[in-house]
Amino acid sequence: MDSLESLVSEYWPALRALLAAGLLVSLMAGSAIIFIWLERKVAGRIQDRLGPTRVGGKFGWLQTLADGIKLIAKEDIIPGSADQMLFRISPYLTFIGVFLAFMVLPFGRDVVGLPMNIAAFFMLSVLSTEVFGVILAGYGSGSKWSLFGGMREAAQMVSYEVPRAICVVIPVLCAGTLDLQLISEQQAGPFWNWFIFRDPFQFLTFWVFFVTATAGCKRAPFDLAEAESELVAGFHTEYSGFRWCLFFMAEYGAMFATGGLAVTLFLGGWHTGLFPASVMPGDFASPLGILATVLSVLVFIAKSWLLVFVMMWVRWTLPRLRIDQVMMTCLKYLVPLSCALLLGASLFPLAWNTLGLPAVPFRNHPGVPAQHAPAVSKEGQAGADSPGGLLASENPRELVGSP
Amino acid sequence: MNVAELLFWITALLTGLSAIMVVVTQNIVRAALWLLFTLAGTAGIFFLLGADFVGATQLLVYVGGILILVVFGVMLTAQGPFVNLKTGAGEWAVSIVVGLLLFGLLGISILMTEWNFTPAPSIEPVQSRLANDLGLSLLGFRDATPKADLPIGSPGEPPRERTRLAYLFPFEIVSVHLLVVLIGAAYLARAKRRKGPAKS
Repeated sequence: MDSLESLVSEYWPALRALLAAGLLVSLMAGSAIIFIWLERKVAGRIQDRLGPTRVGGKFGWLQTLADGIKLIAKEDIIPGSADQMLFRISPYLTFIGVFLAFMVLPFGRDVVGLPMNIAAFFMLSVLSTEVFGVILAGYGSGSKWSLFGGMREAAQMVSYEVPRAICVVIPVLCAGTLDLQLISEQQAGPFWNWFIFRDPFQFLTFWVFFVTATAGCKRAPFDLAEAESELVAGFHTEYSGFRWCLFFMAEYGAMFATGGLAVTLFLGGWHTGLFPASVMPGDFASPLGILATVLSVLVFIAKSWLLVFVMMWVRWTLPRLRIDQVMMTCLKYLVPLSCALLLGASLFPLAWNTLGLPAVPFRNHPGVPAQHAPAVSKEGQAGADSPGGLLASENPRELVGSP
Repeated sequence: MNVAELLFWITALLTGLSAIMVVVTQNIVRAALWLLFTLAGTAGIFFLLGADFVGATQLLVYVGGILILVVFGVMLTAQGPFVNLKTGAGEWAVSIVVGLLLFGLLGISILMTEWNFTPAPSIEPVQSRLANDLGLSLLGFRDATPKADLPIGSPGEPPRERTRLAYLFPFEIVSVHLLVVLIGAAYLARAKRRKGPAKS
């Protein structure tokens, strides 16, 4: 028994990693099941019909499960002209790219797969790896439709990464950290503390980010990679059965992940926005703390699902753009717009202070407990003249230049 | 052997294996895929060492780069559906000689260095401060830069608040240089506008 305990304590990080990975994969798969049902219902309602009604009771709850059984029972076909290795490997590549993004998504205080100092940057870099599976699937299928879909996805992804990254920089500029957990902590309290309501530029940035995120998940009106009216089914034309399932799980997972990123950056993360000082989760010692943590995780998931619902709503409302229109939207409108927003968001605090308007409490929010403050500030307290203290202890707006 | 070591060896072996496969593979898109695995494996090793920022940058930069490589590989070289690359015997010989020379150089420099090993304190994932350090050293705070024999100031001297070692200025110069190159490329590549009435 003693040896078992020492063994467990020795391998606890590995066990914890396995546990977190298992939970995140189940969350991805579970929400994909719900999203597919929801997508059918939303599509039905928007097109003035009922959607699934029969399987599993009145609302067709179990429709996705029936679909899943059908899909897994399908024959797994690999076309003769396909590149076997690329064809087999690309669904997994797509899935892994999305799963990596889930690792750093902050579901609650200390409820995160991998606490990382640069989580926002990491998330941007792994979300762009998803495109690889799509392009290799398009090429490896050995079919013209697939290749067209893959190439379109490549062009679209390379362009939309630029405004998406700039839009992530803007709230990061505001927060002064790339750590998604700290960004969430700074938005505690009533909902006007959320970054979306900080200044007019942040408000506009949220919508630009949402458009580019929709394009990044290749959702309509930007789903040129699978445009079924022109390309049969685009990059997954030749896929069937479980491999096709993986592509769809990755797509719904990507929607969840980018929705979660938008929630963290703009919409207050796991905070409800109702209480003046947020009821603090993250205390794993008391049952009340555990309850608060579970509630905060549920709040985060609900907010992300709301954004996913908006993506579905947009998909079934707007017609698909043409490929040249997609590229023009990005390069001629979204890129200059996001650059202008970045400039505006940087100049806004400066102008605010120069005009002598009342100071807005910004950093060192009372909601941020000491152990979550950046590591630099701890050193700053130890030695007042050390460089870390200069940056962390002062209000950044004063650094920018006070009147 | 603890978990971190095990993960390191698995990542390192897979990275090395895919690096060999890049050279051996005949199909250009498959070679690009193996290159992706090699660079992703390198990023994984950075993550294992706690250098999160470098790892994420590696992913961001090289994934985009290989993406372009695949697109060009497909668009510009493919005659049939899956194009093959044939490497001549002379190219093999030259590349083996160059590779062995580089390997020898690296091996000698590794063997001749006196390493100061310190045992890893724990395998618990540490909260990396690397991004903060990078940002501070970019602004020229000396404490944040790596401990080394810096050209200014003696070791006994108390650290000044700011040194002249800020990386921000060179960084900006490189960025502007890249911007100039981009604009130049766009200017050279654009369609020529005809002056006067178009001839048919």
